[in-house]
Amino acid sequence: MAMIRQCAIYGKGGIGKSTTTQNLVAGLAAVGKKVMIVGCDPKADSTRLMLHAKAQSTIMQMAADAGTVEDLELDDVLKVGYGGVRCVESGGPEPGVGCAGRGVITAINFLEEEGAYDEELDFVFYDVLGDVVCGGFAMPIRENKAQEIYIVVSGEMMAMYAANNIAKGICKYATSGSVRLAGLICNSRKTDREAELIEALAERLGTQMIHFVPRDNVVQRAEIRRMTVIEYDPNCKQADEYRELAQKIVDNKKLVIPTPLTMDELEDLLLEFGILDEEDESIVGRTAAEEAVAA
Amino acid sequence: MAMNRQETEQLIQEVLEVYPEETGKQRAKHLMANDPALEKSNKCIVANKKALPGVMTARGCAYAGAKGVVWGPVKDVLNISHGPVGCGQFSRAGRRNYVTGYSGVNVFADMNFTSDFQEKDVVFGGDKKLAKIISELDTLFPLAKGVTIQSECPIGLIGDDIEAVAKKSAKEIGKSVVPVRCEGFRGVSQSLGHHVANDSLRDWVLHNRDDQEGFESTPYDVAITGDYNIGGDAWSSRVLIEEMGLRVIAQWSGDGSIPEMENTRHAKLNLLHCYRSMNYISRHMEEKYGMPWMEYNFFGPTKIAESLRKIAAFFDDTIKENAERVIAKYQPAMDAIIAKYRPRLEGKRVMLFVGGLRPRHVIGAYEDLGMEVIGAGYEFAHNDDYDRTFKEVQDGALIYDDATSFELESFVERLKPDLIGSGIKEKYVFHKMGIPFRQMHSWDYSGPYHGYDGFAIFARDMDMTINNPCWKKLQAPWQRAARAPALQDVA
Repeated sequence: MAMIRQCAIYGKGGIGKSTTTQNLVAGLAAVGKKVMIVGCDPKADSTRLMLHAKAQSTIMQMAADAGTVEDLELDDVLKVGYGGVRCVESGGPEPGVGCAGRGVITAINFLEEEGAYDEELDFVFYDVLGDVVCGGFAMPIRENKAQEIYIVVSGEMMAMYAANNIAKGICKYATSGSVRLAGLICNSRKTDREAELIEALAERLGTQMIHFVPRDNVVQRAEIRRMTVIEYDPNCKQADEYRELAQKIVDNKKLVIPTPLTMDELEDLLLEFGILDEEDESIVGRTAAEEAVAA
Repeated sequence: MAMNRQETEQLIQEVLEVYPEETGKQRAKHLMANDPALEKSNKCIVANKKALPGVMTARGCAYAGAKGVVWGPVKDVLNISHGPVGCGQFSRAGRRNYVTGYSGVNVFADMNFTSDFQEKDVVFGGDKKLAKIISELDTLFPLAKGVTIQSECPIGLIGDDIEAVAKKSAKEIGKSVVPVRCEGFRGVSQSLGHHVANDSLRDWVLHNRDDQEGFESTPYDVAITGDYNIGGDAWSSRVLIEEMGLRVIAQWSGDGSIPEMENTRHAKLNLLHCYRSMNYISRHMEEKYGMPWMEYNFFGPTKIAESLRKIAAFFDDTIKENAERVIAKYQPAMDAIIAKYRPRLEGKRVMLFVGGLRPRHVIGAYEDLGMEVIGAGYEFAHNDDYDRTFKEVQDGALIYDDATSFELESFVERLKPDLIGSGIKEKYVFHKMGIPFRQMHSWDYSGPYHGYDGFAIFARDMDMTINNPCWKKLQAPWQRAARAPALQDVA
């Protein structure tokens, strides 16, 4: 039997990681793949479209209720959603308390010990909180976890900054282990020359833009109904896009150690595409009052 | 015979040779030959620096300094070891800080409380659990005068707001609740924990009765700080101070209590025994209440007499006369002790490696017995400790800061002292080397060693250790070179 392919989805907060993950997983399920989604975000919104639920009960919440994580069974935390996709959420604290990173570590350790990664699975997807702020959120890309990382990005400047930073983080683990960057998924925000820009960024990073997901309101319409596009309206054009992305991921062989850009290189790229204006060094560090005097 | 400075420097160089270059360079700064003429230590020894990786250091952590040393002995508070269970469990009752009173009524220092952190507490934060523990403790032990929260490492890592919990809980239970930020990863040794604990006393306890009237003070009120009553040390000190006509209104923190601490400001003089662990609060009380502080040394009759006179000099002639009377009263007993033990101990050479004040403070007691200290070092001293040490130690003696186990063993192998005074971590290593050893943190489950009463015990303990017949029996019979043939050999 084939190895389980474990994939982690990273990207700037609010870029659409959870939505993209669930929609593409629906595409994988549609072609008969067995998939598990592991939500690694205390907000626990990585599986709602699969389960038609507001928020799944999380491993950490149930562990807290039961006493310890050792008191839980896999069946307590694992829910099966659309297309037979298995869903778990690591969960974690409300903002401002405790340690969400430790929650991810505890949850993934639990899943491993309880045999959640069984041989029937074709894919595991980790949907990870926006920034890899500490070791806990890097857990999914440590040794023997995800080998493929997809970064969700758009043509917006901050999204690309974030993508480049994530690539830096991957380098650290890639050089010591088997984790690789597998591609950028462009979740379009309809910025100028967006596809071209992300293609260029991907090339610089040594990877590929695996798919350009156009912007379509059907995604939001489906989301309001807590459904993926493929389930809500399997015949719409956007459903085809996600199916195409899913097929590309199935076929993807291009796994690389990324070559992140320096800050200057990234800014040059943004300048080239007119996203960033040429910096005026003369105004750096000058207050409004000083400028008034100079004028 | 002790070595001269040059020989000591030579020894240091030889011991350092084993280290990799960089390590040797760093460690060299922590070792020196003593020069009693030195006033300032900062040019000749480096102290209070992080221990180097790869060496075995004897140091503890900030939690050990705050919970173990400063707060642990306070008898009427409930100390919560906040975090996973081990820090609390393995730091309990190890220092023999004696107290008077009844367990569960006015003594709680013999109990051990922990929040027993689990994964879920790390992930979701422990503040709610902490508040619940404090409330439950108040129900279980309504007579306790306060609660302290001794932070273990995870508390600092996950950013729990124990100060907020402390404030809220203090209102609810109407008692002091003291958050102590003594996470073990802070600082380079337990020394930072002493400082953190002092600061917590300053910020959460000391001023609580500043507005309260009615304390009947006398011109002879003093406080004892930096005595942790190990084996009863503070008691054998306090009686001397009382005999000279002074009134001890607070003990910090051995056999001490929250109300005493809150009333300390009424003292006319603060008597500081362990400078390292309580100079911070002493300086603060001096600044805030104008309370002068004075270091003293109650080890051995010479230093005791010196200290009693120094303390008396701060007061009127009555006290001065009383001090002389106290000294005269005990002198015959001291002479008898010295007459008994000095012949058995004369010329014995001692090496010390201890904590806060002892490497310098106990030297006088050894010298009273005719012994000489040829090496002294601290686990966690700062430069101001070494400033105070040089003049107490003889010229050329070896001084070692945060000595590694390799250095200590090498020095001992070369210097062959007759006695080593250090801690439990060192004890059995040197026993196996066949060298008499006394624990100078815990007094080897003996004590007290402070005061005149303590000197009698000190002298007896040193004698029974050094002159124990066991040291002559270390060689196995078959290893003895010249021995009469056994019976069967003859047959």
